[in-house]
Parts: sequence; C-alpha cells; structure tokens
Amino acid sequence: MPGVAAQIERFSVVIAIGDVAIRLNTIDADFLEMLHQRYDGFVSAEAHAEFDLDVDLLPPAFRGPDADLSVTQRSGRWLLDRGDFRAEWEPATRHGSIRQTANPYSIDAVLRIVHTLVLAKQGGFLLHSASAIRNGKAFLFAGVSGAGKTTISRLAPSDATLLTDEISYVRKLEQGYVAFGTPFTGELAKIGENCSAPVEALYLLAQGPENRIDPITTSDAARGLLANMLFFAEDHELVQCAFKAACDFVDRVPVQRLTFLPDARVWEMIG
Amino acid sequence: MKKKLYVARSPRIAARKLGEETLVMSAQGSTLFTLNPTATVLWQAADGITALDAIVERHICSEFEVEAEQAIRDAEALAEDLARHGILLISEKPISSTRNLTVQEQYR
Repeated sequence: MPGVAAQIERFSVVIAIGDVAIRLNTIDADFLEMLHQRYDGFVSAEAHAEFDLDVDLLPPAFRGPDADLSVTQRSGRWLLDRGDFRAEWEPATRHGSIRQTANPYSIDAVLRIVHTLVLAKQGGFLLHSASAIRNGKAFLFAGVSGAGKTTISRLAPSDATLLTDEISYVRKLEQGYVAFGTPFTGELAKIGENCSAPVEALYLLAQGPENRIDPITTSDAARGLLANMLFFAEDHELVQCAFKAACDFVDRVPVQRLTFLPDARVWEMIG
Repeated sequence: MKKKLYVARSPRIAARKLGEETLVMSAQGSTLFTLNPTATVLWQAADGITALDAIVERHICSEFEVEAEQAIRDAEALAEDLARHGILLISEKPISSTRNLTVQEQYR
C-alpha cells in the first residue's frame, strides 16, 4: 500500500535592507502577502539571501509587544524574546527561526535586531534618526522621540530623498560611511526610499527659537550617537563593537547640534 | 601604616580617549561614563602594577599642580567610585591578572 504523503507549500520573500538580504520563509500565503505590502520597495527580486529566517505563525495568544525585550547569546546562537515573539538566529549557519503571531510588528522588531547584530560586526549601526539624501550626500538627524525627526522629515524640500523618518541604516564600507533607506517608519508612516549615499553629516536635533548649527566636542558627539544607537544586548563583545563603531564614526564624520524651528528654512542650511 | 592600593582597568568595558575626556562603556547595563581630564590620567595609568599613590604623585600632582595628600584622598575616592560601577578594579596587591581576583577584591 503506497504511503500517504502531504506536501506543505512553502513561500519565501527576500527583503534587502542596506544591501543585506534576508529571506523569510512561511507556509502562510496571507502572511507572505502582508510581508510584500509591509516591505514594498525592499523586496528583492534576487533569489540569493545572506540569511534565512523561518517564520512559524502562532495563534494570537502571546503576551503583548510591551513585554521586556531580551537578546542573549548562547554558544553562538542569538535568542530574541519579547513576549510577542521568540526567535533564534545563528550567524554561523546563517539561519534562524521566529515564532510569532501574524502581525507586521514582531517581524519588524526581529529584522531590526538581526540587522543590528550583523552591522555591529562590520562597524555599522542602526540609529534613531531621520535621514535624507540631498545633492548626492546623506544627512542624518538623530534624536529621541519628540526631538523632531518626523518634523524635519516633513519639512524636507522636494529635492531631498527621504531614507527614513525613524531608523537610519549606516554601514561602514571601503569608501566610508554610507546611509541606506529603510522600511522602518515613525509617525510619518512613510517607507523610506530604497537607495543610499555617503554620509556627509550627523545632526543631533534640538528644537529652539531659531535655526542654527553649533559645533560640539568629539566626546559629546560620541555620547549623542551612542544615546541614539539601537542596541539590544548586554553582550560584552557587542558592547565593544557598538562603542568602537560610534567612536570611529565621530572621528570621521562631522557631528553637530542642529537647533531648529518647525520651519522649512532649516533646510537652507543642509546640503 | 596605610596599605597601598593597586588599580586596574576592568576587562569588561570599552573605552576611548576623545579629546581630554575618556568615554567608558560597561557591558553591565550598557552604561556610559565620562571621565574628566584628571580621571582620564588616573584611568590611563591604572595598570594594576603601579600603586595608586605613585600614580597620583607621578601623573596627577605634576600635571595638575595639586597637593599630594589631598590628591591621593581624591584619587582613592574616585577609584572607589569607579570600582563600584565595575569599570575599575582595586586590590591591596598588584593586579597581574583580573581572573585571580575575587569579586569582593575587585569591587570592594
């Protein structure tokens, strides 16, 4: 008697952010469609991916995303846990898995963490900052929530290309630091353009009575950068990498304080 | 007679001198510390082998024109503070390897 076999169809989508391609595998066609919509502009037509993540969808019974995030490493395997997802990722095998409900927020968080871990080894980082390209150069505008990332993005002139209004992606390449567009959105809820440019300057945002740019010391620059870097693990090696990345960046890229009114004229000083 | 103290930078931190200050980041809570120029001198000289009073006399009194007795008291207080945050190790014996220190000796 012939055996009974059931073949489960598997769907994949490759999402390339910062030229780092991650393939997400799922057996749920609706979830795949949601991924295509969520990461529109960052879905790669290439079959090649640097990493594979299998997504195992669970019924909506987990704790909420407000639970504390834990990112730990054991025997070369990263364990990510936030209540609304549990994920594992092993850089050596370039493979990982995610258990989550069918929502875009959990996968978004996992992607940010995995990209952060990948970039840390390469001298790059994700940064709480808006970023835009003007005249072929990228400008970063860093600040905590309420500092003005969304406002400066909204005020951007038509000749500026918005890379993100929330999370910037910075890689250290041979030619220097390069900022890439990201699909990680803030209040503007507008996905960034999938393009890149050399980083010309980082501005630490402050709102004030006039538009002005002020110099700051190198140590203030490093403190400002570190305060806004996405950083998930209390892992010694990762701390060393992130710290070195911040110090190297401020050695090579001008970092200044940008005080601005909610006024489009601020862009006359940029680019 | 007062015992000598020896200080060494913790291996569980990342540090960089930027201008006259030094930034120190601890893996414990990813906490960032800024050392002023005087603390930077102490930090750089904290090799685990040179006694704290010798560091103060050689590097701090000469550079900052301060009286030795007061400077040593200030340095001990600073060292205790940095040790409490886990970024500096203190021992009454020279610190050749941080692995040989107990936690109590490290953070007193």
